[in-house]
Amino acid sequence: MLVLENIHTHYGKIEALHGVSVEIKKGEIVSLIGANGAGKTTLLMTVCGDPQASSGRVLFQGEDITHKPTAQIMRSGIAIVPEGRRVFPGLTVEENLHMGGFFTSKQEVRRSQDHVFELFPRLKERRNQRAGTMSGGEQQMLAIGRALMTKPEMIILDEPSLGLAPLIIKQIFEIISSLRDEGITVFLVEQNAKQALKLADRGYVLETGRIRLEDSGANLLANEDVQKAYLGG
Amino acid sequence: MVAQNFRHALFCAFITLIISYPILGLNLEARGVSITLTGAETQTYVGIALAVVIVFLFQLFRPAIMETLGQVKAINPMINREPMPQEKRVKFERFALILIVLGAMFWPFIASRGAVDLATLVLIYIILGLGLNVVVGLAGLLDLGYVAFYAVGAYTFGLLFQYYGFSFWMSLPIGALLAATFGFVLGFPVLRLRGDYLAIVTLGFGEIIRILLNNLTDLTNGPDGIGGIPDPTLFGMEFGRRVKIEGNTSFHEVFNIPYDSAHKVIFLYLITLILAVFTLLVIRRLIRMPVGRSWEALREDEIAARSLGLSRTAVKLSAFTIGAFFAGFAGTIFASKQGFISPESFVFLESAIVLAIVVLGGMGSQLGVILAAIAVTILPELAREFSEYRMLVFGAAMVLMMVWRPQGLLPMTRVHINLKKQEAGVTDHA
Ligand SMILES: Nc1ncnc2c1ncn2[C@@H]1O[C@H](COP(=O)(O)OP(=O)(O)O)[C@@H](O)[C@H]1O
Ligand SMILES: [Mg+2]
Repeated sequence: MLVLENIHTHYGKIEALHGVSVEIKKGEIVSLIGANGAGKTTLLMTVCGDPQASSGRVLFQGEDITHKPTAQIMRSGIAIVPEGRRVFPGLTVEENLHMGGFFTSKQEVRRSQDHVFELFPRLKERRNQRAGTMSGGEQQMLAIGRALMTKPEMIILDEPSLGLAPLIIKQIFEIISSLRDEGITVFLVEQNAKQALKLADRGYVLETGRIRLEDSGANLLANEDVQKAYLGG
Repeated sequence: MVAQNFRHALFCAFITLIISYPILGLNLEARGVSITLTGAETQTYVGIALAVVIVFLFQLFRPAIMETLGQVKAINPMINREPMPQEKRVKFERFALILIVLGAMFWPFIASRGAVDLATLVLIYIILGLGLNVVVGLAGLLDLGYVAFYAVGAYTFGLLFQYYGFSFWMSLPIGALLAATFGFVLGFPVLRLRGDYLAIVTLGFGEIIRILLNNLTDLTNGPDGIGGIPDPTLFGMEFGRRVKIEGNTSFHEVFNIPYDSAHKVIFLYLITLILAVFTLLVIRRLIRMPVGRSWEALREDEIAARSLGLSRTAVKLSAFTIGAFFAGFAGTIFASKQGFISPESFVFLESAIVLAIVVLGGMGSQLGVILAAIAVTILPELAREFSEYRMLVFGAAMVLMMVWRPQGLLPMTRVHINLKKQEAGVTDHA
């Protein structure tokens, strides 16, 4: 569904990705793990076209999107939950969701909203609350819900567990796994390697702009190097 | 702590002295060809000494004074009040707006001519404020060169009249559209920038337009400006004593009433009122439309907005263009009201005043902008007795305002769009 072929990405003169190739098939959950500064966010942003890859190709559903403008990519069936949640703090929960459904019809918005409220009953209770006044976990739910409002084929999550309490993290991961059951392909980027790999069909390990390892989630969890580097022994 | 306070106070007093003494205490006098330096009158020296002492004392006791000021906050009835519930506020705002418009419609018939003239200026500033509110308040783009579009509107009318004899009504849409075009074209390169950089570039742009108008002498008459710009007509009726343009009739002759110069002032006022209401309604409508929501989304979080497929350029450009459109609108009216325009009318101070209106009004709130426009235009007039110190009084009022109500007169209320509830159970999400 999403294919990255030998991607190089630069920030000015500095190369942040040195030839990364990743493939995500339809219906999979694929996790990408890596330390701080490895280039995980850069990789996702390259998929979104900001910054664009300086060489290599990004294919989504067989179509080359490497040099398409971000707005167009984001309307073509990919949704991203950006790092650090980034809900609209001054808007209410409902308004945040409606922004997610900006390019869909009113009926669609209504239907998607009901669906999001079903997934996250918590959001329904708080529908008229300003997003900025909610807890981190609730904001993360909202960010995911808002991304779902675009009716994506594939959802990309950038460190959804960042800064959340363990109990909330568990909830979030449960929700992510339920997305697969709805037929949404998931590309999950995490530092929280254990949870992310448990959930994943396949996983990649990114180190300083290069893919070090690629295997099934279970195999990576059992891998000694991965255990040493990312799972605390 | 005390010693530090004392040193600081002494320092401030010293600064006051070295700034005010050369400016106020020394005079340059020309005697024949030579220029001599003379001292000022004793009175001035006493004044300077007094100022130095006041600054010294204020800085020395600043913590205590600021605390007292803070307590004044508690006296201010607006601040501890419970915020009104959303729906009530929206209703209140609508009610207040209708009341203001109704009052404004009948008021000129009882007011003096000078007051009506001033009110027309207030209305022009309201249009400008509402327009800039879209750019700054809603889309969050700090535009310090807004006056440029105002100038484009005014000069469009001035030039179209001078060269082709266009009337007010023909020039009004052309001026607004041309200003919008300028906004659009200039927005392209400028809107990649953010925050401070955007502010600086727009500031520069405002100056460029003014300097261009000043230097394109062949076209614009340069600093001499363009005069004789006609007033609006009412279905071809002019309001002057004598008809100036061939083919027009005269208002007092058609209705067979004695000529009264107040007619013209009132008519211009009413037209401006209608255009201001038009501006208000159009922008109100836009805010509730998806485009308005996208402005706010972009202001709140650019990355999030883009992640949802909004195009940054398109959203910013739409705000910039619409803002410019209404500035052009206001410019055309201004040219007609003054009858004479020159680059002098479009200096940076104008941009600053309109920006002050938006900030004072509470960033994004339309009722707030209207109240602030009234305050900002009328206050300097009321302070006229203070003659050259009136800008000082004005500045002090602004500072106090920001101490007491930093969020503006009437902070914006968000409009909620409630989708109709639909029956439960329909959740066939793919
Ligand atoms: N906007 C930027 N400009 C320049 N360098 C950047 C920028 N964003 C990230 N980088 C650099 O790129 C590298 C990868 O960063 P990032 O993708 O954010 O890592 P991760 O998400 O894995 O923590 C880091 O060395 C970081 O300093
Ligand atoms: Mg990151």
